[in-house]
Amino acid sequence: MHLILFILFAGFCLAGAINLLLQSHPINSALSLIVVMVSLAVLYLLLGAEFLAAAQVIVYAGAIMVLFTFVVMLLNAGREEHTMGSRVARSVGFPAVVVILGVIATVILHAQGLGAARDTDAITGTEELSRVLFTDLLLPFEVTSVLVLIAILGAVALASHGGGERTGPK
Amino acid sequence: MNSLFLQEVPLSWYLLLSAVLFALGIVGFLIKRNLITVFMSIELMLNAVNLSFVTFAHQWHAVKGQIFVFFVMMVAAAEAAVGLAIIIAVFRARATLSVDRIDLMKL
Repeated sequence: MHLILFILFAGFCLAGAINLLLQSHPINSALSLIVVMVSLAVLYLLLGAEFLAAAQVIVYAGAIMVLFTFVVMLLNAGREEHTMGSRVARSVGFPAVVVILGVIATVILHAQGLGAARDTDAITGTEELSRVLFTDLLLPFEVTSVLVLIAILGAVALASHGGGERTGPK
Repeated sequence: MNSLFLQEVPLSWYLLLSAVLFALGIVGFLIKRNLITVFMSIELMLNAVNLSFVTFAHQWHAVKGQIFVFFVMMVAAAEAAVGLAIIIAVFRARATLSVDRIDLMKL
């Protein structure tokens, strides 16, 4: 069951990611990114991270992607024209991607002592997670709330009418 | 046929999936020409790294790996809000979303 679910949702994940690259309209890319994120939530659940699976659906697939689709619709982003991109991207970027993927894959495949995930694995409960989060890591958690507050203020300041330099055409 | 019903998946498969997703994110960053889609590729890379964190947390039965993912999610939410606000400001100033035409800082 674990293997079947893994193959199914890993396939959804990869298909969504490749579809993100192939689509030329941003809204289609956003929808395939939602597929990737929801499949990742299922994979988190398979790995026994129940709280993160819920947070992935709520925060990523919910909040962040709503923000993305909202901006795509607000700016009325049309189809992108395909250019070849920069010369640096072609000459350095793509070989670098291949090298990075090769190095990571080699390291993973030669790693010793990596275990396996089973159906019967213990699930990390939200209680266990929150106990560590609210005792040992209370200060980082509170700092994060300040960060999010500053991000909200920054977003409002940037997106409000005085934010962007209105030098170009309206 | 029987092996299909084995109840376990090697963790290296999860890590490989994460590596492939990360590479797809980089490729998207390089080939996409729309500012919003480039930003989506960055989100894809963040998600790939999160999958690695969860896998290693499972491997060592460590809760802190999962908490790190939680913090990455929070930072990603903040980053998405600010980044999309910047995109709106750029669009207001330049009336385009194509990264080829937003090149004031290019050498």
